[in-house]
Amino acid sequence: MEIKIALAGNPNSGKTTLFNDLTGSRQYVGNWPGVTVEKKEGKLKGQEYKDVIIQDLPGIYSLSPYTLEEVVSRTYLVTEKPDAIINIVDGTNIERNLYLTTQLLELNIPIIIALNMMDLVRKNGDKVDTKALSEALGCEVVELSALKSEGTEALVKKAIAIANANKLATANEVISGEAKEAIKKIENIIKGEVDEKFLHWNAIKAFERDEKVMESINLSESKKAEVEKVISECEKALDDDSESIITNERYNYITEVTDKAVIKGRKKGELSASDKIDRVVTNRILGLPIFAGIMFFIYAIAMGGWSISIGTAATDFTNDVIFGEWVPGLFDVILGALHVEEGTVLYGLIQDGIVAGVGAVIGFVPQMLVLFLLLSILEDIGYMARVAFVMDRIFRQFGLSGKAFIPCLVATGCGVPGVMASRTIENERDRRMSIMTTTFMPCGAKLPIIGLIAGAIFGGSPWIAASAYFIGIGSIVLSGIILKKFKAFAGIPAPFVMELPAYHVPSFVGVLRATWERGWSFIKRAGSVIVVSSVIIWFLTAFGNVNGHFGLVDELFEDEAVVTDEYINELSAKMDVPTTEVNSMDASLLASVGDAASIVFKPLGFGNWKPTVATVTGLVAKEEVVGTFGVLYSYDDMDGAEELGEEGEQIWDRVRADYTPIAAFSFMLFNLLCAPCFAAIGAIKREMNNRKWTWAAIGYMTGWAYVISLITYNLGGMIAGEVAFGFGTIVAIVLVVTLLYLIFRKGYQPKGNEGLEMAVKINA
Amino acid sequence: MKTLKDVEIGQTAVVKKLHGEGPTRRRIMDMGLTKGVEVFVRKVAPLGDPIELTVRGYELTVRKADAENVEVE
Repeated sequence: MEIKIALAGNPNSGKTTLFNDLTGSRQYVGNWPGVTVEKKEGKLKGQEYKDVIIQDLPGIYSLSPYTLEEVVSRTYLVTEKPDAIINIVDGTNIERNLYLTTQLLELNIPIIIALNMMDLVRKNGDKVDTKALSEALGCEVVELSALKSEGTEALVKKAIAIANANKLATANEVISGEAKEAIKKIENIIKGEVDEKFLHWNAIKAFERDEKVMESINLSESKKAEVEKVISECEKALDDDSESIITNERYNYITEVTDKAVIKGRKKGELSASDKIDRVVTNRILGLPIFAGIMFFIYAIAMGGWSISIGTAATDFTNDVIFGEWVPGLFDVILGALHVEEGTVLYGLIQDGIVAGVGAVIGFVPQMLVLFLLLSILEDIGYMARVAFVMDRIFRQFGLSGKAFIPCLVATGCGVPGVMASRTIENERDRRMSIMTTTFMPCGAKLPIIGLIAGAIFGGSPWIAASAYFIGIGSIVLSGIILKKFKAFAGIPAPFVMELPAYHVPSFVGVLRATWERGWSFIKRAGSVIVVSSVIIWFLTAFGNVNGHFGLVDELFEDEAVVTDEYINELSAKMDVPTTEVNSMDASLLASVGDAASIVFKPLGFGNWKPTVATVTGLVAKEEVVGTFGVLYSYDDMDGAEELGEEGEQIWDRVRADYTPIAAFSFMLFNLLCAPCFAAIGAIKREMNNRKWTWAAIGYMTGWAYVISLITYNLGGMIAGEVAFGFGTIVAIVLVVTLLYLIFRKGYQPKGNEGLEMAVKINA
Repeated sequence: MKTLKDVEIGQTAVVKKLHGEGPTRRRIMDMGLTKGVEVFVRKVAPLGDPIELTVRGYELTVRKADAENVEVE
């Protein structure tokens, strides 16, 4: 028979470590409250236990109806009715941890307490009398040190035993006095309306006026009134509100229990090692410089372009050598042996489509692993919670979490790990918003675009690059303000009442596991999007209709019977390129698509097929924009000239002839702000974990880019005297007014428990 | 009414009553700031907000705006 055991406990109680230990599955271990938002299950390790399923619940402090994690957990416990609960309790922080225990005890489910971090408890000189604790709580208590795998064997055996025997806790009443009487009365009123097993639990929740539970019981109006009467009488007698009464009762009970069972070794006010570290790290004066230093260090190692930048070096090596030479070389040999000639469809599909696509996925992984390794260490040490503490004041102004700083910083190197770094933001809405806006930052691959436009049009002015960063940051800030006013992002205000976990030495295995887990999940869940998109773009580029013949454009262009002078003239006229410079790309499907789609960009000042095609290829990788310009503006390195420069220096003259400064600037802005490359889109999909939200993110970014470019082109152009007043100007003015309205309006105000419904639906 | 916001850094206060309503209030209570508990105001963040407290043997951070809802004596 299958046995289901739920693992419940506070964040930072070592729950994830225990889960890994029990199931052996690869899991993420962190030191940041609320890190396990996902539902995780695992089979108990060992052949004899193969029917035992461990359900890891999110780290929670309570079973209140107010946070997503808590609602998910309590819904699971009440509806799935696991056979037993393992309640993991952090022995170094026993009072607050037992608060959840008092609530779990009411569920009438067999429960065993795993008293974790006992090694630290002993080191602190504290003493926990497990026997006294066990007697006071009426259930078994097992000492544990999950990090060192001590005690898990005994825990497993006992947990299975109580599950099989359905042995319920024989707790003394947690709630006493008038409140106890009131709850008894409510039990009598709601009897028959609820599952007998959860009568007591429901009665307590009804007493707390828990709207979610009241809804699910569905009482008649008269019974509701009776319940309400009981509550208000009790409130009057105790001169407090019902929620406070219950919370006080619980903590009073806990104090009684810990007075008997726990002896603190450290004198009051004496500083622990963690306290001493914290005194320096979040110091009023040193706090910010230390934060800046740590962030710079992470950036330097993972993202920077210096000799210590391991991340960048590893990714460059993967892109330029492994997927630039080795893998294509290897496939050349294999395909050669199979007699697949270069220039054929199959060769192109494999080399330019699949190998290049897979390369795009793998290429980001080394940098990501380095970054995640560093972030995991910070989380495990306990510094991440302090980042929120230090940065909260600034970021809350834009409606973002203090931790949104890290994704933005990382995104200046690469948007992919930037998006993935938003993981550390605990609130779901804040996290979504961070994912949606992070890639506005100009990443490394967007720099060549900036270089091309600045060089070709603006004489290499450094102001262009500066403005790109300024607009990126501005977009994030303004988007934060605007989005926060929409219903989907307003909802429950995330209470910033947060635990600052004690610092501790990171676990080597835990950190490596967390790093690998994140890297792998990117490959697994973002990979398919990237490969498929790359193949589609390859197909559009490689195939086309040349003078009535459909096929590989490169091949058809070599056939003089197909490419007649007449056709060249026709194509040259259609695509607006000099006859001497017509090349195969001009006849590709992508060029036709670009030609048809270019009308979309007319209002932005670059409604021409060339920039349209470049924008599309930019989705594969942003630096492709420059490469595509090279092809479209017929830079030919066959004449013995050098390869096209990174910023396309050789084609600057031709580009300059084609664009007015404001149109070029508008083009640059659109490419910087619009949907990021496929790799980043894959990362967004992976992090959003929801199709609707992925599309919403891409749509928002592209829409934002369009609006900003349109305003810049029309209004900027008019000021510069390049664009005449017209319909576009009016649209631009309307858009500016709309933006201002969205920024300064009052915004959606959540009423009561609204928004909570949504939070639950997401997990339903 | 003296609130947690008024308590100076390095001082200890005893919680008297919790004002306000909704999720934040419940969360503050859930985290152990209940009637009669001793709170030590440990420090303030570098930018002046939020504050760090020691309560029930662990560190908790709350914004000053929320600390204003905690009546102390």
